[in-house]
Amino acid sequence: MIKHLWDRIKRPVDPWLLLFIIFLFIVSSVLLYSASNRDLDKVIDKITFMGISLFGMWCIANIQPRVLMHLALPAYIVGVILLLAVEFFGVTSHGATRWLNIGITRIQPSELMRLALPLMLAWYFHHFESTLNWRHFLGGALIIAAPFILILKQPDLGTSLLIASSGFYVLFFAGLSWRFIGLMSGCIAVFAYIVTHWDMCINVLHEYQCRRIATMLNPMEDPLGAGYHIIQGTIAIGSGGWFGKGWLAGTQTHLDFIPERTTDFIFAVYGEEFGLVGNCILLILYLLVIFRGLMISNSANTLFGRLLAGAIAMNFFTYALVNMGMVTGMLPVVGVPLPLISYGGTSMVSILATFGLLMSIQRDRSLMKG
Amino acid sequence: MIRHARAIAGRRSDKYAVKPRLERWRVWFVLSCLLGLFIVLLGRSLYLQAWNEDFLQNQGDARYRRTLKLEPNRGVITDRNGEPLAISTPVQSIWLSPRSMQVLPIGQNRPKDWKQATEDELVPISVDEVKKLAAMLAISSDELLKKLNTTRKNKQGEEVKSDFLWVKRHISPADAKRVLALNVPGVYSQTEYRRYYPAGEVMAHVVGFTNLDGKGQEGFELTKDAMLAGKPGSRTVIRDRRGYIVEDVSTIVPPQEGQTLQLSIDRRIQYLAYRELKAAVDNSQAAGGAIVVLDARTGEVLAMANAPSYNPNSRAKIDPAHKRNRALTDLYEPGSTMKAITVAMALNAGKVKPSTVIQTGGGTMTIGPATIRDDHPVGAATVEHIMQKSSNVGAVKMALMMEREEMSNFFHDIGFGEKLNTGFPGESPGRVRPWKNWRPIEQATMSYGYGVSVSVMQMARAYQIFAGNGEVHPVTFTKLVAPAPGKQVISAETAAQVRKMLEMVTLPGGTATRAQVVGYRVGGKTGTAKKLVNGVYSDTARVGSFVGLAPISNPRLIVAVMIDEPSFALRYGGLVAAPVFSNVVAGSLRLLGVPPDAPTTNILLPGNGVEDVKEDA
Repeated sequence: MIKHLWDRIKRPVDPWLLLFIIFLFIVSSVLLYSASNRDLDKVIDKITFMGISLFGMWCIANIQPRVLMHLALPAYIVGVILLLAVEFFGVTSHGATRWLNIGITRIQPSELMRLALPLMLAWYFHHFESTLNWRHFLGGALIIAAPFILILKQPDLGTSLLIASSGFYVLFFAGLSWRFIGLMSGCIAVFAYIVTHWDMCINVLHEYQCRRIATMLNPMEDPLGAGYHIIQGTIAIGSGGWFGKGWLAGTQTHLDFIPERTTDFIFAVYGEEFGLVGNCILLILYLLVIFRGLMISNSANTLFGRLLAGAIAMNFFTYALVNMGMVTGMLPVVGVPLPLISYGGTSMVSILATFGLLMSIQRDRSLMKG
Repeated sequence: MIRHARAIAGRRSDKYAVKPRLERWRVWFVLSCLLGLFIVLLGRSLYLQAWNEDFLQNQGDARYRRTLKLEPNRGVITDRNGEPLAISTPVQSIWLSPRSMQVLPIGQNRPKDWKQATEDELVPISVDEVKKLAAMLAISSDELLKKLNTTRKNKQGEEVKSDFLWVKRHISPADAKRVLALNVPGVYSQTEYRRYYPAGEVMAHVVGFTNLDGKGQEGFELTKDAMLAGKPGSRTVIRDRRGYIVEDVSTIVPPQEGQTLQLSIDRRIQYLAYRELKAAVDNSQAAGGAIVVLDARTGEVLAMANAPSYNPNSRAKIDPAHKRNRALTDLYEPGSTMKAITVAMALNAGKVKPSTVIQTGGGTMTIGPATIRDDHPVGAATVEHIMQKSSNVGAVKMALMMEREEMSNFFHDIGFGEKLNTGFPGESPGRVRPWKNWRPIEQATMSYGYGVSVSVMQMARAYQIFAGNGEVHPVTFTKLVAPAPGKQVISAETAAQVRKMLEMVTLPGGTATRAQVVGYRVGGKTGTAKKLVNGVYSDTARVGSFVGLAPISNPRLIVAVMIDEPSFALRYGGLVAAPVFSNVVAGSLRLLGVPPDAPTTNILLPGNGVEDVKEDA
């Protein structure tokens, strides 16, 4: 009986992915204890969320990809509607309208879009697989454009770019032509040139966005204002040295010099306390997760599975890279948590939900094989 | 893994007709992009953590580690009886930060419920408030407004206001409380220590003063600054981002408090000396004056005063000329006060006895082209008589009995041309020219005090030889437990003989009857030296002086008084300086509880119609 139950539990779970996740969870808990100044409540909170999101992952992993395909279009449409609702009825805070008040709590529809957009695109390309031509890619671009523009208007440049990128991965894996990629790269280069030049930037983006970019390019210009995050982040990481100052011994962290140290800037705490060696270990853990994701993508038996798994893996990678790049001062400050490590339930739930999708795809294949 | 991927891709290509080569290409591409980006990230990490580590670690330290200075309290200066002469009292200084303030346009006021929302928000301050603040602190409101709006260029070339401004320093705690009660945000008060000198101008030249920041500028505040200031301690602390001290990282080094400096000065005698000196200087409309009171047995300075003086409590108004410490730094030609020394020298060398008769003739004597004169010729007179009447010719004759070298050595033995080593800045060693260059006329004039320059303090020091057994002790401003070993210069017998002569000077028939003190026998020598003005001896400008001992039976005090350029009528030392001596000695001996040694209680002045004996040297 127990054995039967155990089999039922482990059947949809990919052991490798689970192993990496658990490693990351251990790192996260240990680090959070230090970053929160030994606030055990926060750690317990976090562990509770881990449990909830692992359960959510397991549930999703149980769903057949076929069923997921049916959910793709409704999820996307609901997502877009919610984004539209934000546009008209959203809650404004700190100059940005990102939240929707649904009585009990506030939700951020852009988080839903993170899941819904790759799902939608994967289904879309799967649906038109046999007749795929350039028009379908144009359609895909439009599917990306709708949430992108809506989120950009909130305004939330970081999230909109991240969501657009997750859509772009699907397009890429679906076989987007190189010529188009070249064209896109050109556009991005022009855009990048514009936003890195203040005078032109003002015409295109919000002033605060321009300031963030300018600050990233030269943080020392305004060390107490906009450059503060970046400088404190690099100082904390740099002062860690090869082996770090040791767990609970990071001075920048514990003296409250690092802003958002349990959430977006937790990597600074990690770098200060565990040093370069610790960074390598964390990077390797992330790489393992992504490799596993790409392996699942490669071995998926439907285009839907392949595209979705690839996009999920790449999206995970993008989040990690953007967060680390931001904390080490290579990218502008955008509110992106370090995947699975930062404190904060929503992002963890949504990431593990995508991992649930990965496992579902993986299981589908193994069933076929079996 | 790659082979595996290719195998899968291959198998799928049949089933779904998706171009397998493209697919594999894409996976490869993605993988290499991924690895590339992670390598970039790792490189950045390496750059920050291994390459740039030292710099960033220091930056990190600089952000939270602060070494705070712990200020020691400045030591108290007291007189020999422990009475305070310089003490530090807590005062308040009002300051603000112009950079964090914004002066509102005229007529506009800060909302009543205004609260600073963030640390960076500027504090609005109305013109009315500035005016109120200025009025309360008795400063110009226009100037304060100007200072609030003044900008200067920083390193980046931007115009910025200054970070810190003392609005007014050193006000009383009560005043500061009233200023803070105005409730102007951004205006703060800080405790500082102000040096207070209870004795004021009386003690000014001895104690000196400190500047606003508590550093010694003059007098003992300057010479003993290190000892009084103590050593600041330190405390290295970790501060968090908001500036709160989180913990001490190293042991606190406590400040080494400034030590108490006990001077040999007796406040009461100093007060007396200053009062009498000032009165004499005022009465005689003199340019200045100096007085030194020594303990005859130890060489301790009991009082040293100068006129004019200044009030060290109000530094801003000090006339630099009044800071001159005449008693130690100004040289003068002592004139006749030197004759006692000449006599002692001749007596000690055995050239004369007190009763030896010296022929002074008609009061003139020619040496080479020069003629030396006595104003009141004494004819053939004993050494005692010569001293009493202050005969120049007599002194010259005694001096010429000595070799030049002997005379020069004697001068140096009693401290002329020798440093005092009191530690005071600008203290002068006096001037005695090398004996080998002395011409006979110079040796002659030195015997009655011309051609040698000394300070008042040196003169007082020299007179120590008459006070006891012929020893000279180093003069000192620090209270001694036991006197420092002295140097025997003349025999005890000679000292006693000269004492007797010095007493005669103050008795009727002497030049300094006004030096007498009721109840005590005193002795001393007057001096009325022509002043050298531009290298020529002036006909009108004199330095009137008196150096004396009291009580003469067993001297306790040596008092040297010098009045610079008194009015012509009062130019004589016996008229202008001797009364100062008398008053100071009278008060001091009583203060010190010295039993009277005089058989009478009357002062014996010459009778009516009998003119005072006056010397002119």
